Amino acid sequence: MSAIEILGLEKTYQVGFWRKRPKVALRPLHLTVEEGEIFGFLGPNGAGKTTTLKLLMGLAFPTGGSARILGRDWTDPEVKAQIGFLPEQPYFYDHLTAHELLNYYAQLSGVPAKERSQRVQATLQKVGLTDIKGVQLRKFSKGMLQRIGIAQAILHDPKLVFFDEPMSGLDPMGRREVRDLMEQLKQEGKTVFFSTHILSDAEALCDHVAIIHKGELRGLGAIEDLTSSVQGKIELIWQGTHVPASIKALGAECHVSGEMVRAVLDEAKQDAAIDALRREHLRLIALTPVRTSLETYFMEKLRRAETTAGKAS
Amino acid sequence: MNSRIAFIASNTFREAVRDRVLYNLIGFALILSAAAILVGQISIEIEKLVVINLGLTAVSLFGIVIAIFIGIGLVSKEIEKRTLYTVLSRPVRRWEFIVGKFFGLTGTLVVNTFFMAIGVFAALFYVSHRFVPADALIFIALYFIILEFVIICALALLFSSFSTPLLSAVFAFSIFVIGSFADDLRGFAAMTHGFTRWLATGAAYLVPNFSAFNIVSSVAHEQPVAPHLILQNSLYALFYAATALSGAVIIFEYRNLK
Repeated sequence: MSAIEILGLEKTYQVGFWRKRPKVALRPLHLTVEEGEIFGFLGPNGAGKTTTLKLLMGLAFPTGGSARILGRDWTDPEVKAQIGFLPEQPYFYDHLTAHELLNYYAQLSGVPAKERSQRVQATLQKVGLTDIKGVQLRKFSKGMLQRIGIAQAILHDPKLVFFDEPMSGLDPMGRREVRDLMEQLKQEGKTVFFSTHILSDAEALCDHVAIIHKGELRGLGAIEDLTSSVQGKIELIWQGTHVPASIKALGAECHVSGEMVRAVLDEAKQDAAIDALRREHLRLIALTPVRTSLETYFMEKLRRAETTAGKAS
Repeated sequence: MNSRIAFIASNTFREAVRDRVLYNLIGFALILSAAAILVGQISIEIEKLVVINLGLTAVSLFGIVIAIFIGIGLVSKEIEKRTLYTVLSRPVRRWEFIVGKFFGLTGTLVVNTFFMAIGVFAALFYVSHRFVPADALIFIALYFIILEFVIICALALLFSSFSTPLLSAVFAFSIFVIGSFADDLRGFAAMTHGFTRWLATGAAYLVPNFSAFNIVSSVAHEQPVAPHLILQNSLYALFYAATALSGAVIIFEYRNLK
């Protein structure tokens, strides 16, 4: 069973006061997310990521299409007991303490009364928020609020978690912790769907990603496929401070850094390059195919989208 | 009551208390103490009359102001601050949220009224040194005031479900003022003809008839309250609040959250 099946969800807002005109926020979106994976939903600001999440959460109503979450219709309120959601830049009832807030959310999520206190405590520990008893949320820093946001999303042990820009507002330590937490959720068999515009996070975490731009899906696939060696190039690294003429003759792009030399050349010239290094008695350290980074793929998709839009207009 | 509604109501009550809404009781206590001491020095004949009149009117006005100012922000503030996102992404129906908010605010006002009522009776005892059976009529007046709050809370929620807090406040205050003169409006309608009559009658029956709930003066004069008025006002308030709340629920059910 798929965790999420988005079947042509679309959203058009009417903007303007007197003369309403349509503004497309999301074109028909078709997407499937399998259970137990970390799925990255990528796109620049204003691409339609948050709109998609709001439609899935029932916070806004689609103009068309439907979705299935954990095998059930996405509008079924009971589905929501199985999902967790962290909104972008979350804001909480600041008159409450962290314990009170999580207890309230646990009540609304149907966590049994006798389990609540222990569940709240364990979740706060999981997100690294301890020693905050009696402190109202209005005194929390942005990073602490983000942690509370993550805590409320996983508090009721959901099978599927939606995070909207989970790293936003976190320092490098916090970002690392969130990444670890997401991997932990995956290991526990949960599905994580997260939107981000930070590509390094997606590349490090995701099994699959989708790229959305101006409300339209522009790319979709497994990270390995999207970052595969499409260029047919290899990277050689050897110990040394100079580039032999025989390597230069192969047309390699070389870069000397300290005691290391890095060269990029065509895959077809791999054997000739290794022979050249042997002849020069240089120690080969690494030979790897050059992979397209997710960023390169992402930028290429966006550039193509812009070009297509330019031609159409 | 559905447990989720109870949880939302309880959180709304706690928010009001922590936002120091009940501090209004201090102002109320000061007004009442000053009035009791002052009228005691003016006249021994009308002091009880003044204390009841002033006390119950203050209970009503303080409550109305709280009902409107909290009520208008109950939904719009949650949308504005997006606190609603983490509530509605749980197994909470939108109607449960509205009804929970309504009970939370009404509960706050009932507790507030309870403390104010203690103040009124204390001031009454201070000026008359004893209670008489007719003083029990004050409970009926307080009950009617609470019914007014129920209507105002529902109306404030209705406005809050589609309008900005400022406009909601204007609407709610206007309705309260017009409703307080609903009897006069009906009298005016009876005197007019044609389209004006049709318009005035429509307006008179559309706005809540708050004048029917105002028995402060007759209670101060120890005039008995007809039992049918209690039943009539109870049903009227229930019907009016349920209608306004249903309107709020319907609007909110189809609202896209920004």
